[in-house]
Amino acid sequence: MNKSAFHKKLLAGPYLVWMIGFTVIPLLLIAWYGFTARDGSFTLENVTAIRTPEHLKALGLSLALSLTCTGVCLLLAYPLAMILKGSGLGKKGFIVFIFILPMWMNFLLRTYAWLNLLDDGGILFQICKRLGLPTVSLVGTNTAIVLGMVYNYLPFMVLPLYNVLVKIDENVINAARDLGANSFQVFYKVILPLSFPGIVSGITMVFVPSLTTFAISDLLGARKILLIGNIIEQEFSTANNWHLGSGLSLVLMVFILISMAALSHYDKNGEGTSF
Amino acid sequence: MRNKKELAALTISIAALAAASMPALADEKYPNGQVKVFNWGEYIDEDLIEQFEEEYGIEVIYDTFDTNEAMYPKVEADPSMYDVVCPSDYMIEKMIQNELVQEIDWDQIPNREYIGDIYLESCEQFDPENKYCVPYTFGTVGILYNTTMVEEDTEIDSWNVLWDETYENDIIMQDSVRDAFMISLKRLGYSCNSVDEKELEEAMQELKIQSKLNKAYAIDEVRDKMINEAAAIGVIYSGEYMYCKEENEDLSYAIPKEGTNIWYDGWVITSKSENVENAHKWLNFLCEPESALANFEYIYYATPNIGAQEMIDEELLEDPGVFPDEEVIRNCEVYSYLGEEAEDQYYELWKQVK
Repeated sequence: MNKSAFHKKLLAGPYLVWMIGFTVIPLLLIAWYGFTARDGSFTLENVTAIRTPEHLKALGLSLALSLTCTGVCLLLAYPLAMILKGSGLGKKGFIVFIFILPMWMNFLLRTYAWLNLLDDGGILFQICKRLGLPTVSLVGTNTAIVLGMVYNYLPFMVLPLYNVLVKIDENVINAARDLGANSFQVFYKVILPLSFPGIVSGITMVFVPSLTTFAISDLLGARKILLIGNIIEQEFSTANNWHLGSGLSLVLMVFILISMAALSHYDKNGEGTSF
Repeated sequence: MRNKKELAALTISIAALAAASMPALADEKYPNGQVKVFNWGEYIDEDLIEQFEEEYGIEVIYDTFDTNEAMYPKVEADPSMYDVVCPSDYMIEKMIQNELVQEIDWDQIPNREYIGDIYLESCEQFDPENKYCVPYTFGTVGILYNTTMVEEDTEIDSWNVLWDETYENDIIMQDSVRDAFMISLKRLGYSCNSVDEKELEEAMQELKIQSKLNKAYAIDEVRDKMINEAAAIGVIYSGEYMYCKEENEDLSYAIPKEGTNIWYDGWVITSKSENVENAHKWLNFLCEPESALANFEYIYYATPNIGAQEMIDEELLEDPGVFPDEEVIRNCEVYSYLGEEAEDQYYELWKQVK
């Protein structure tokens, strides 16, 4: 009995090594850098630096853009997940396939493609010109960044939603109809509450990466727009100030932890987890 | 049987002979030893290395680096590992301060006469009295503009054009802290190495105003965007200008009258060099007008070698983007290393710009 328990633990070994080496130790390093100054002495300055106007501005903008992105994703993904739930098996597989397909391509390449779509002289520009419409160059605007985020993170919203929706027992819906509920009531009183774990999970899966992104904002923001992710990236790369970068990362982690806590509160059974 | 023995003896003696003559052969090819060179990647016409080996009978051990920052720790760890190194201005300054380089014996470099006085004078900003460095290449930061896209009657000759509202959304700015602040500081009449809080604050406020007019910030992409005519005006390094001009004839380069940054890469001899004499020979060889010309045609960065300049196309020579004249160079400033604290200050302000 004891022996088999030990064997089971042994199986977790590689994962444990991985976790410690690539999650726990790096996190500790970030914390160490975040709470020390260049000379190695303890300081809170790197963390409280978030209060400076330029950091607050970047954080505020990041929150606004990632919330917008999450909202748009939810609005787009929910109907799609409903369609998926309702469609036949073969068709379903096809739609999911179409959805996953772009994810086989590198994320940066896909974002570059958006750059080509939206840039001056890009495809959208040419189409508007041909049709005699006023030409717009979206690159360098918040809109472009949100578009890029939505495109990249939409699958992370669709899949958890789809996962919870297919698990809803048809009998529950039929029962509601039998008892006289109209379509709206069925959706509002039955489907929506039951899909709540998926919604929460999808929100987290989209909100967290879009809050921290720097590649999308770099490319589609023409480097004019600084999100908190860009600031942290700059601290590590060009400014060569790992301490400040780590301090700001710790602050950002608080926001991520809050959304994770919300997730575990509403999704106790892990129903909404997609992968 | 006898034959076999003889054969064996013969083989052995041939082998012995060969072994004995091997070092002799090597000596014959390189009787004058070696010189260990540490240079940027793709930063020399490689035929020159062979030519030097043949002419001087010195073996060249050639090694390359990608950034000054990658080069420095290697030389610092063991200054005898290389005899000659080719860092940039601010790094040479740092190496002089940390005694990693030795004084050049100019008597051993008669070809120094080909290096233009103006360049040596300009190099004194990081190498006072020209004791340590033989300038190799140089360049400036300036304004690249499309002659068909800027207003006809305005002459582009000042950083002010970047603040000109007629070019709103038509400007591509360098996304580099030092260069952006250099522009703003120079425009206000300050040094681009300023660490004065008030001056930097003022420069930042001006950059903030300027940022509203920018179409984009970019580094390497400035080149492509300007070639594709995505903007009328861009801030670019002179080294990139010749490529841009080749791709799009309408592009022109101007050095603003307020002055700009000039950079140099130059050869230094390491403090613990084991082949000092050969190192001087190498430097002298590179200062020959023919070598400098070959390098110019290969690397396409401006050469401070007057002898080579005389052999270069007049059109290029008169282009201020490639060879600025003396007065302009006198007005240019080399970046010096400001230290960590000042750099943090620059970054702090840079974040407030955008």
